[in-house]
Amino acid sequence: MNILAMDTSNQVLGVAIQQDDTILGEIVTNLPKNHSVRLMPAIDKLMQEVNMKPEQLDKIVVAKGPGSYTGVRIGLATAKTMAWALNIPVIGVSSLEVLAYQGRFFNGIICPFFDARRGLAFAGCYRFENNQLQILRKEENVAMQDLLEELKSLERSILFLSPDISIHQEQIISIVGNRAVIPEEPVHVIRPAHVIATAKEKQAGSTHTLRPNYLRLAEAEAKWLESNKGC
Amino acid sequence: MSKEVVILGIETSCDETAVAIVKDGKKILSNVVSSQIESHKRFGGVVPEIASRHHVEQITYVLEEAMEQAAISWREIDGIAVTEGPGLVGALLVGVNAAKALAFSKHKPLIGVHHIAGHIYANRLQEEFKFPLLALIVSGGHTELVIMKAHGEYEVIGETRDDAAGEAYDKVARLLHLPYPGGPEIDKLAKQGEETIAFPRAWLEPDSYDFSFSGLKSSVTNTIHNAKQRGESLKPEDIAASFQASVIDVLTTKTVRAAKEYHVKQVIVAGGVAANKGLRSSLQQEFANLQIPLQIPPLSLCTDNAAMIAAAGTIAFEQGRRSGLDLNARASMLLK
Ligand SMILES: [Zn+2]
Repeated sequence: MNILAMDTSNQVLGVAIQQDDTILGEIVTNLPKNHSVRLMPAIDKLMQEVNMKPEQLDKIVVAKGPGSYTGVRIGLATAKTMAWALNIPVIGVSSLEVLAYQGRFFNGIICPFFDARRGLAFAGCYRFENNQLQILRKEENVAMQDLLEELKSLERSILFLSPDISIHQEQIISIVGNRAVIPEEPVHVIRPAHVIATAKEKQAGSTHTLRPNYLRLAEAEAKWLESNKGC
Repeated sequence: MSKEVVILGIETSCDETAVAIVKDGKKILSNVVSSQIESHKRFGGVVPEIASRHHVEQITYVLEEAMEQAAISWREIDGIAVTEGPGLVGALLVGVNAAKALAFSKHKPLIGVHHIAGHIYANRLQEEFKFPLLALIVSGGHTELVIMKAHGEYEVIGETRDDAAGEAYDKVARLLHLPYPGGPEIDKLAKQGEETIAFPRAWLEPDSYDFSFSGLKSSVTNTIHNAKQRGESLKPEDIAASFQASVIDVLTTKTVRAAKEYHVKQVIVAGGVAANKGLRSSLQQEFANLQIPLQIPPLSLCTDNAAMIAAAGTIAFEQGRRSGLDLNARASMLLK
């Protein structure tokens, strides 16, 4: 079973190849560079490195967001088209879930998030139980302040995971106090191998209907709905 | 001659998700277009983010339908052509990345194509080119005059300095409270009216082949506004007819002058506005008098489609042009 994973949902670009239970290789960069230019060459390079042809792939997994709308679409357009062309299944997993998975050894609430500007974040809450991620609070686009106030009222320690941790660290500590656990830098960076791990128990649906996990309407649509309430 | 060349084309530069398969740059084996017009109507124009969202949801469906309709195997496909620009960057990215994924998965050469080259080559699906040729490209995003002396060689001799012709149509349609897209609506309305208002013609410098439509648009706005202030009401049919007369006069006159100066053997018209009946009949009349063959593609090939991208990609393929897996989408891009 050969699995190709890709993640371009946020700043990190990640590609991984797993054969049966072994990760054969990963490419991870954390650079403000163009995913569109670099994703396919990264896949090509890693496939050559592990000596695998596209026809040998059995499955594709992709981080489907939330994150950068454009980044998510680059990943999904690539993953869906490859899966369709190779006639193999494709599984999309939430980028927040992958991040939460990286906190699986933590005994408490795991709160992964991505900054969504203007005080907002894409966030969810999870805990790792019986070897599985359980979702505690649904993923949504939420005001960081509101989320933190809500978490403060829970008498539990909370692990915060985010590539954008530095933007919100002060606020987290000022609201949640010493129950907030913030690990060192590498734990906040999504590893593409973990995209595969997160997809492990998931069933592939139809390739055609796989959609990004935007967690937010397009701005024009939100405005339109706002001004057309009641019709 | 060597074997036939079969190219799969992908086009996602605006609000159509399109895939086509074309043989030898001339014969359409399939041409599938999934239009989003309905999704954008309520916003009065194309919303880039919504267009991009549609593309990623449609792309594999459209690919599959194009393959099925062509009833062809992957072995017979020689290359993957895709619009790399110009256009809406988020929309282009979906097509470009899908094309790269296909090229990589199926071990096919990848060919990035200029959208306007595509519009020009839509005409070759009807009839072989005769060089030198002059192409007038008129759409919501473009108004250009291009001279071609050989396949794959483009010289832009004139372009718009502000609004594209199609853009002016959409803006005037909005002033007249016509639904989106406005071009066909004005065309229809114009036929019922008369040129009662002398709107300006922007000729620019005497030797220029460039266009400008923003002054015309302002003039229409002011005319409507002033009439309203005087308590008069103008017939929308007459406004449409007068506006259309100005646009067509400029487009036709400059095209005719360029055709004469460059001694072209053929004139072709491309882009969505090529569907405009007023423009068609004006050009047909002028070029019939001059005895220069004029070619305007059928409506389905005027508007954005992927057969035109496959057709232009075929020439690029035959000329040995290839793109790498680092191909990017480009919002603006020169035609050359
Ligand atoms: Zn076009």
